[in-house]
Amino acid sequence: MTPISLEALAARVNDGALIALPPDDSLSSGALVRAIVRRGVKHLRLIGVPTTGYAADLLIGAGCADVIETAAMSLGEAGTGPRFAAAIAAGTIRVLDATCPAIHTALQAAEKGVPFMPLRGVLGSDVLGHRPDWHVIANPFASDDDPILLLPAITPDFALFHASCADEEGNVWVGRRRELATMAHAARASLVTVERIVKGRLLDDERLAAGVISAVYVDAIAVAERGAWPSGLLDEYDSDRAHIAAYARAARTQAGFAEYLAQFVTAQPERTAA
Amino acid sequence: MSAASDVTVQEILIAAVTRLILDPTAPPARHIAVGMASPIPAAACWLLKKQGYDLRLSLLQRATGGPFSEGGRELFDLAGQGRIDIFFLSGGQIDSQANINMVGVGDWPGSQVRFPGSFGSAFMYSVTPRTILFREEHSARVLVEKVDHISAAGTSPPEVWRRGTAQALVTGRCIFRFDNGRFTLASIHPGETLESIDANTAMSYLTPPHVPFTELPTAEELALLRGPVCDEMLNTYPDFCRRVWGRSADQNQENAA
Repeated sequence: MTPISLEALAARVNDGALIALPPDDSLSSGALVRAIVRRGVKHLRLIGVPTTGYAADLLIGAGCADVIETAAMSLGEAGTGPRFAAAIAAGTIRVLDATCPAIHTALQAAEKGVPFMPLRGVLGSDVLGHRPDWHVIANPFASDDDPILLLPAITPDFALFHASCADEEGNVWVGRRRELATMAHAARASLVTVERIVKGRLLDDERLAAGVISAVYVDAIAVAERGAWPSGLLDEYDSDRAHIAAYARAARTQAGFAEYLAQFVTAQPERTAA
Repeated sequence: MSAASDVTVQEILIAAVTRLILDPTAPPARHIAVGMASPIPAAACWLLKKQGYDLRLSLLQRATGGPFSEGGRELFDLAGQGRIDIFFLSGGQIDSQANINMVGVGDWPGSQVRFPGSFGSAFMYSVTPRTILFREEHSARVLVEKVDHISAAGTSPPEVWRRGTAQALVTGRCIFRFDNGRFTLASIHPGETLESIDANTAMSYLTPPHVPFTELPTAEELALLRGPVCDEMLNTYPDFCRRVWGRSADQNQENAA
């Protein structure tokens, strides 16, 4: 698989696509999300797997997204995503509140090719009351009354993430972040940025193979050094907390957010150096 | 309390959480998990570890070296099986039925104030035998009679399966125990009075005839907190360590160099 440019990778994402995003610091691709903003993609439907932060706040603030399903929108110690909160107040985003294991479970259903999966808990939560697409049934295997939640499978159009490396076949290494494997397995295609392309075949290395997502699931790859920024990447580099805090301050207002976009997103080339 | 006159409210809360974890009348605590953005529970668990208690501690907020290898879902799978004994939850609002609201205030999904979201609470509260609720801000806007929205329910009707509920609610002013669907004032922190608690609490609760002051951390506990516990937390909770103990990771690196 020949790597393509970051902008070409972003161009694969069509208007209205259902895209799955990992949380900040869990191999989120800041570089790809900024490229999507530059491209001006519209009407995206976002899924936080199972939560999201900077990436989704940027897409919402830039007017790229109409809907978000997530268990939370958090910039860590910097609080709730400010553009997300502003969009809720303005009524410009539709929020499908979920809970973390519900999103994991719904992706696992898609991964298995089954239409739904059950999950314990959640009954009594207003999250359930606002999800007409979720159903509570009587456990058919119980002798006593035992209501249990069923979640419909989630099949994203694209899983977007950043990995340490890919090999020349397009296998990508995410290490222990196996929720990304579930996300990639569930999605119709994965668009991946990587720090580097390595020689050889990752699946031939018994020590690395367990952390690999097979190229079967990978649609296209672009090299983006420090592409997770301002998120951190495993043990390779830390999250840029000062930048996230500065973003959270700037994005409190639409004007501050526009200034942020001009400085860090629409400016070329990408300013990703800390 | 002259020896501990410089003790901070956070240190009182951390020590109080350790005493709740060790409560001999509660179900056993062998494996404790601490979610994201939970510095006080994390510090309490580290304090117990540093005191030599044999606990399995799974801290989610770690960039590297975390407790699991099957990704973010492993915590929930473990909890679903009943392999996690204690979890911690908080909320933008908490009510008299121990319901928590992490969604927001105003029309759904938080038209007036939006909180980050429910995270795993709607699941974890039901499947974990013991939940310790904590919220540093103890005010009438947080402790309400009825939450605007329920992220996770404190109680369930008898036909709904659940393993446990809240053991207690720890705030910046006091500790409430949660028994039989009611909060009871268990202790108040130094500087508080029954009147100050009442004035800042909009949820109903029971007040027994005698309410003690919350036990302060001992000198030994304070030394552990300010030393080895802070060392463990510098990378994961830098803002908290700076605010409470005046230490930063950079400073630590300089000291190490």
